[in-house]
Amino acid sequence: MKKLRLIAGVLVLGLGAAACGGAKVDDNSSAAPSANASAGAAAAGSAGTVKMAINAWVGYEASAAVVDYLLENELHYKVEKVTLNEEPSWQGMESGDVDVVLENWGHDDLKKKYIEEKGVAVEAGPNGNNGVIGWYVPEWMVQKYPDITDYKNLNKYADLFKTSESDGKGQLLDGDPSFVTNDEALVKNLKLDYKVVYAGSEAALIKAAEQATDQQKPLLMYFYEPQWLFSKLKLVKINLPPYTAGCDADPKKVACDYPAYPLDKIVSKKFADAGGPAYELVKNFKWTNDDQNKVADDITNNGLSDEAAAKKWVEANPTIWQAWIPK
Amino acid sequence: MVAAPADIAPPVPVAERAQRLARWLPAAGAVLVVALYVAFKNTAVLPHDDDASLFHWLNDARDWVDENRNTSPFFLYFVNYVRLGVAELFTLFQTALTALGWPGLIGVAAGLGWLAGGWRIALVSVVGFAGIGALGLWDASVDTLALTLSSVLLSLVIGIPIGILTGRSPRVRRIVSPVLDVMQIMPTFSYLSPIVLLFLIGPASATIATMIYAIPPAIRITALAIQRVPPTAVEASESLGATGGQTLRKVRLPMALNTITLGVNQTIAAALSMVPLVALIAAPGLGVDLIRALARVNVGAALVPGIAIVIIAIVLDRITRSAAVSRARSSAVRWAGFAVAIVAGLALTPVLAPEFPEQWQIQIIRPINDVVGWIEANWYGFTGFLNDTVAYGLLNPLQDVLTSAPWWLITIAVLGFAWRFSGLRAGLVAAGCLVAIAALSLWEHGMETLTIVLVASVITIAVGLALGIAAARSRWFAAVLRPILDAAQTMPSFSYLLPAVALFGNGRFTAIIASLIYAVPVVARLVEDGVRAVPGTVVEAARSAGSTDRQLLWKVQLPMAKSSLLLAANQGIVMTLAMVVIGALVGAGALGYDVVAGIAQQEDYGKGLAAGVALVLLGVMLDRITQGASGRPNSKKKRIA
Amino acid sequence: MGTAAIEVRGLWKIFGPKADRIIGSPDAELDSAALRAKTGCTAAVRDVSFEVRPGEVFVVMGLSGSGKSTLVRCLTRLIEPTGGDVAIGGEDVRGMSATQLRELRRHRVSMVFQHFGLLPHRRVLDNVAYGLEIQGVAKAVRHEKARAILSLVGLEGHEDSYPDQLSGGMQQRVGLARALAVDPEVLLFDEPFSALDPLIRRDMQAEVVRLHREVGKTMVFITHDLSEALKLGERIAIMRNGSIVQVGTPEELVGAPADDYVADFVRDVPKSHVLSLRWISRQPDADEPLDGPELPADTVIHDAIPAAMASARPIRVVADGELVGVVDRVDLLGAVRLGEGIGAQAGEALAGTRSSSASASASAPSAEEA
Ligand SMILES: Nc1ncnc2c1ncn2[C@@H]1O[C@H](COP(=O)(O)OP(=O)(O)O)[C@@H](O)[C@H]1O
Ligand SMILES: [Mg+2]
Repeated sequence: MKKLRLIAGVLVLGLGAAACGGAKVDDNSSAAPSANASAGAAAAGSAGTVKMAINAWVGYEASAAVVDYLLENELHYKVEKVTLNEEPSWQGMESGDVDVVLENWGHDDLKKKYIEEKGVAVEAGPNGNNGVIGWYVPEWMVQKYPDITDYKNLNKYADLFKTSESDGKGQLLDGDPSFVTNDEALVKNLKLDYKVVYAGSEAALIKAAEQATDQQKPLLMYFYEPQWLFSKLKLVKINLPPYTAGCDADPKKVACDYPAYPLDKIVSKKFADAGGPAYELVKNFKWTNDDQNKVADDITNNGLSDEAAAKKWVEANPTIWQAWIPK
Repeated sequence: MVAAPADIAPPVPVAERAQRLARWLPAAGAVLVVALYVAFKNTAVLPHDDDASLFHWLNDARDWVDENRNTSPFFLYFVNYVRLGVAELFTLFQTALTALGWPGLIGVAAGLGWLAGGWRIALVSVVGFAGIGALGLWDASVDTLALTLSSVLLSLVIGIPIGILTGRSPRVRRIVSPVLDVMQIMPTFSYLSPIVLLFLIGPASATIATMIYAIPPAIRITALAIQRVPPTAVEASESLGATGGQTLRKVRLPMALNTITLGVNQTIAAALSMVPLVALIAAPGLGVDLIRALARVNVGAALVPGIAIVIIAIVLDRITRSAAVSRARSSAVRWAGFAVAIVAGLALTPVLAPEFPEQWQIQIIRPINDVVGWIEANWYGFTGFLNDTVAYGLLNPLQDVLTSAPWWLITIAVLGFAWRFSGLRAGLVAAGCLVAIAALSLWEHGMETLTIVLVASVITIAVGLALGIAAARSRWFAAVLRPILDAAQTMPSFSYLLPAVALFGNGRFTAIIASLIYAVPVVARLVEDGVRAVPGTVVEAARSAGSTDRQLLWKVQLPMAKSSLLLAANQGIVMTLAMVVIGALVGAGALGYDVVAGIAQQEDYGKGLAAGVALVLLGVMLDRITQGASGRPNSKKKRIA
Repeated sequence: MGTAAIEVRGLWKIFGPKADRIIGSPDAELDSAALRAKTGCTAAVRDVSFEVRPGEVFVVMGLSGSGKSTLVRCLTRLIEPTGGDVAIGGEDVRGMSATQLRELRRHRVSMVFQHFGLLPHRRVLDNVAYGLEIQGVAKAVRHEKARAILSLVGLEGHEDSYPDQLSGGMQQRVGLARALAVDPEVLLFDEPFSALDPLIRRDMQAEVVRLHREVGKTMVFITHDLSEALKLGERIAIMRNGSIVQVGTPEELVGAPADDYVADFVRDVPKSHVLSLRWISRQPDADEPLDGPELPADTVIHDAIPAAMASARPIRVVADGELVGVVDRVDLLGAVRLGEGIGAQAGEALAGTRSSSASASASAPSAEEA
């Protein structure tokens, strides 16, 4: 009798524990806000906190600066910026560290995983920017070697691009390891006599491009639009085999150009479900490559802080952003 | 070691022959290795393959974890709770520190400083923290402080009991010691991936990663402190019939306390050096500013958070250090001062602005960048020349050799070299590490990393040796050098990437320069201390025998400082490895790049994880090769035990 | 012999691996160097037996490394003996459970250490109260007791000092007070004064003599200093290489060393200050007058000199009212001057009463037997 009761007790306890269910990763409330944010939250009148992923290229930061500025000054939210690479940003939607990604470059695999399978993120529409990824050379090289823009001729010029880091082959300079790139597969599958060398960051790419232009040094590099640099100097895109739908399905077998990327916004499911003006603003946010380049240029070259650059743009373009503000 | 067979061989002529043989063995071995290289070049090489099945297997494991994170009991009832708990702890610190407001926090720091070491330390605390505010980094610094404090707290809560056990039980020591060895050799980069897999990104992972790096000194020093408690006091306590627990609480711990406080000091230093790295896994704080500055190649913007970290390090160091040396004998005055400082700070909090006043902030980014810009523009030819010389003259040839030699030949060469230098056991471990790297399908990248590390180490040790000897021989040089080296040592290692990038662009040479700045101070200091430690009587005797300065150095001082020199080499190499790996952020490639890519790109996850392990193996290998017979930090510790 | 305060039988302590296998094996007969070479073990205490009477001051003396500290620690199993028996107050110590042992150490036996073993982070008062604190005595009670003991050892006014603020001698007084505070039956001293300056050492020795008179505890006192041993010890055991070579009163040791080792040891002792008239008295010659001054047989030779100076007649040496012999001025002078000869001579006189075995598992031969 006693034993039975004991077993029953244990069972009840066990069920209770199971009902409490352990800890799931998305039910945490403790994704820590930065000091900044919690101080602000304590201050009067904050409508809430938005956790915005910041990816490490200045175009993204320009978009983030403007949305941040509007969220804080027009809608009175607190914005907490989480500096992350692209993929960890998606992970952050699962862990609760990220609410918003403002500029997503494709990433169909991640969309499948986090939107369809895990259901922790949702799309929030295009942001109006059109992304282009490709290989570029400085303009002077095209004038000197007119046929260089065809990938088939690249092997002919491989010697020009040799550097101390490229193992006796031509150097194809890539950016941050986290950026979207098929370059290693492309080099291999197009049988190019090149080696991909990672500069490590966007800034390093820009610096290389500037030096290549100023000092007339040969340079073949991975780059992308929108980018403010195109307003400062001329880079010419190499023609790779044209993109056709599905030609990049298997990342190891890619032998075609990058697709055009209509850049879009991704938000966490929780953020979308909560709705509210912040979500509406993010959903409505849409501007052009030129807009972004202007802000990015101010941040990078005119010594403005992110906030000051955003303010400048907001003051100059009320008609554009007023359409984003939820009624 | 080489002489060992001769010692055993009994008949004299054989012994002599064996000795002669032993003398020629290394040379003969070297010749043999070269011959084998020529004969077998480009055979049995292990070219890199991104598609290695191990990587796929690891990716699948990752996917499994991802899918079962919310269903597997291991995660539901353990891992996720750890994550929540740690995140909660961090939030607690962060909320508390933020709630204090900047005047309150400065007040608390002043109070603690006063309590630990009187008005001097209180002043250091106030000036230091106000300085952080003036740099315009108050909020980020509070986040960093919260992260540091929570990981230090965890390190102590876990590390001190382990340290006590380690200090008390030789059996535990035998297990813990080698684990700590590996933890301290392990490049910090290598454990980010597994941590992120288990705990996702965010402050919780960051706290745990920091803790892993910061816990070894907590354990080591606690164990040492416990071992060093005078046995007479323990015996006296036992002779009065104290239980083990009573003796621990009333005798061992109180008497070990001062030393344990020094352990806290080192734990804090270790935790702070992780600040930039954990920004890669979404920890808030100064690291974010540093990483962003790195991405923008903005030297000035990177230096500022670097300085803030140094300031935090100095303030915490001074407070804990003086707490360790001062007798904590309570006196009303001290507690009153403590209370006054805190109350004053807290009273000011509501009065003053919540944000650190902007007009008190100073701008130093622009002037720094102007200087950097000038150097960039004017020294370009020189830096380019240096870069190319090292790349074409050293890096590329060495890398060619290492990647074109058969893997077995390199393994045998390492075995032989380590055997000759540090004994058979070390040789076997080192060779085993190499084989394991091959088994991880990362041989080629491993050799590339090894190339950079070897070149960087040689330069580091040469420079460190020169500086150390010079400092040991000239007082004024030492007086100039010391503060520079001190500062260099407290800066977070990441800060060194920036000036290097600005001067040399991206690439392996930049990583070498950064590791040079990082490791030279330690090497130079060890060399200087070693040479200085040569007894004055010996130096006097040599001088009175008519030695010139040069003879004195080569025939007396350096040979007598041998164990310090070996230790310096060992430390230099291990530190160089750590920095070269971080160099992946500025284009140094190889294993470090694999790790970075593994965090950043999901299809590279498996490779990144394997690369992390390979880095640990490489570290253990280099450590074992150079541990030498006498230059081992552990052997010293073991002797104390 | 249930009345003995401490009784030690066949005690062994061997340090090293598999030490317990050595006792009883032929290896046990090897000398220390050979044993260490063969087994890697050190025999610190070898087959030691002795008894200490209640209230007695029993001194163990020997050169450093002879095993004294090990021996005294084996008594309360601070060092676990390898073999043999120890009984304190008739209770078998080696058979005690951990709890019983703790009770023994808490209430019945306490120890004073060579290097004091004070706790630097505690005030003097809390150091002295430590033993009581361990026992769970309430703070007020233990502080009161500690204060009383501090004044007993002459340290009033230093309650709130920290040990490192006191001189060495004062520190050892604290050590003494700590041991006394738990009011034990037995006090063990392991070379308590050898770290002190000679002058202070003398004070402390006097202090121990005084305390012994006042509190009357059984004391086991370890020293390597012969004069200290002679001054304090009612009986002295001489240790060498782990064994006791002789146990006896100071007089017996000086007068009748068991072997050359002991003889060598006591050679420089001014015999006339240790030996009594008994050792030099002789049968009176036929023509000697027997009307000189009368002195008891246990008068120290040195103290007999004034009597001899006062009277030209031989001194009559009496014990229990009976004449045991006479001593004249020549005898006294000879004893004072020719210290050397006396030992041997007295040894002969005492043959049969001294400890018989040189390997000295000697149980104490007492002076009364003489
Ligand atoms: N813990 C120990 N381990 C091994 N040998 C010891 C240990 N303690 C003492 N010994 C050895 O036992 C012998 C006696 O030591 P000890 O009792 O300290 O002598 P004493 O107190 O007479 O100077 C010495 O040879 C000493 O080296
Ligand atoms: Mg001793």
